[in-house]
Amino acid sequence: MIAESFEFPEINAILRWQDIFVSFNKIALIAVAAAVIGIVVFLLAGRKDASVAPKGVRNLAEVSVEFIEDGIVMQTMGKSGLGWTPFLLSLFVFIYLCNVPGIIPLIQMPATARMAIPMFLALLVWVIYNGVGLKHQGIKYITHTIWPPGVPVALKPLVGVIEFISNIIVRPFSLTVRLFANMLAGHILLVTFALLTQALITAETMQFLLKPMAVLPFGMLVFLTAFEVLVAFLQAYIFTILTAVYIGGAAHPEH
Amino acid sequence: MEAFSYVAAATGLTGEEAKAAQAASSAGFAYGLAAIGPGIGIGYLVGKSVEAMARQPEAAGMVRTTMFLGIAFTEALALIGFVVFILIGL
Repeated sequence: MIAESFEFPEINAILRWQDIFVSFNKIALIAVAAAVIGIVVFLLAGRKDASVAPKGVRNLAEVSVEFIEDGIVMQTMGKSGLGWTPFLLSLFVFIYLCNVPGIIPLIQMPATARMAIPMFLALLVWVIYNGVGLKHQGIKYITHTIWPPGVPVALKPLVGVIEFISNIIVRPFSLTVRLFANMLAGHILLVTFALLTQALITAETMQFLLKPMAVLPFGMLVFLTAFEVLVAFLQAYIFTILTAVYIGGAAHPEH
Repeated sequence: MEAFSYVAAATGLTGEEAKAAQAASSAGFAYGLAAIGPGIGIGYLVGKSVEAMARQPEAAGMVRTTMFLGIAFTEALALIGFVVFILIGL
């Protein structure tokens, strides 16, 4: 009932360049902005003099590179994986900048709360880790993926099916769904409490206690917004670290 | 399908409306049931990780990374339940 009193515009109607880019909507705008902001910040940081003490954007860039190196690459792939830092950093920055609009007032829509962006990122990761596996191990990668070393011959058909499904099919699917569902769940929670607050404030009622009650859902809304700050960071981190684990596992199966 | 007709007879809804009402209530059950296992799992996992970090603070970084990985895998089940909830609810 409450939701029906609010007229939500169609997602494509919010921002649309008719007849030119019919599907260029708010999500696409946020994704493009995320990409552009990330590129500009790191280009600016890269132009600064490296010999003086870092400040401003360079400081930010150095902190994030260090975070990726120490917090993700060294923990999961070791020294030999340091070449993957640029890819993981751009993945992390892009996902984070797509998540953060979910809590910026007036935008409040994480671009990753639609299936398309997480899905294509996961497919990219899928292609990369399979490619890395084939490059590092050759054709043995396929047998290693399907039958982990040390499996008894009698169990090979069963283990083969299970491992194939879990490594090739479930991995990109769960990578997609994890990011997408987390961001969508947060978005829906924020919408629910915002609507509840609005409904209590505008309620036409004789109960004089009802309107001040709107403080409660509003407090919850503020708390959840703070929580979403954490979730936006955590989901970008988890997506990146899982990518690192998959690539590391494909490159060096013994780890 | 018989259940739908019983509900329809009792509440005066048509078959389609009764089906939608059943779907709405079962969507809630789907998500609630899907959240039980991962809830227990994540609680156990984080509890054990905190224990490990308290015992051996110098290994805290490694334990934390592994903890987040474990949480990510455990949480996936709850999130699939959430997606099913949306799919049924719509």
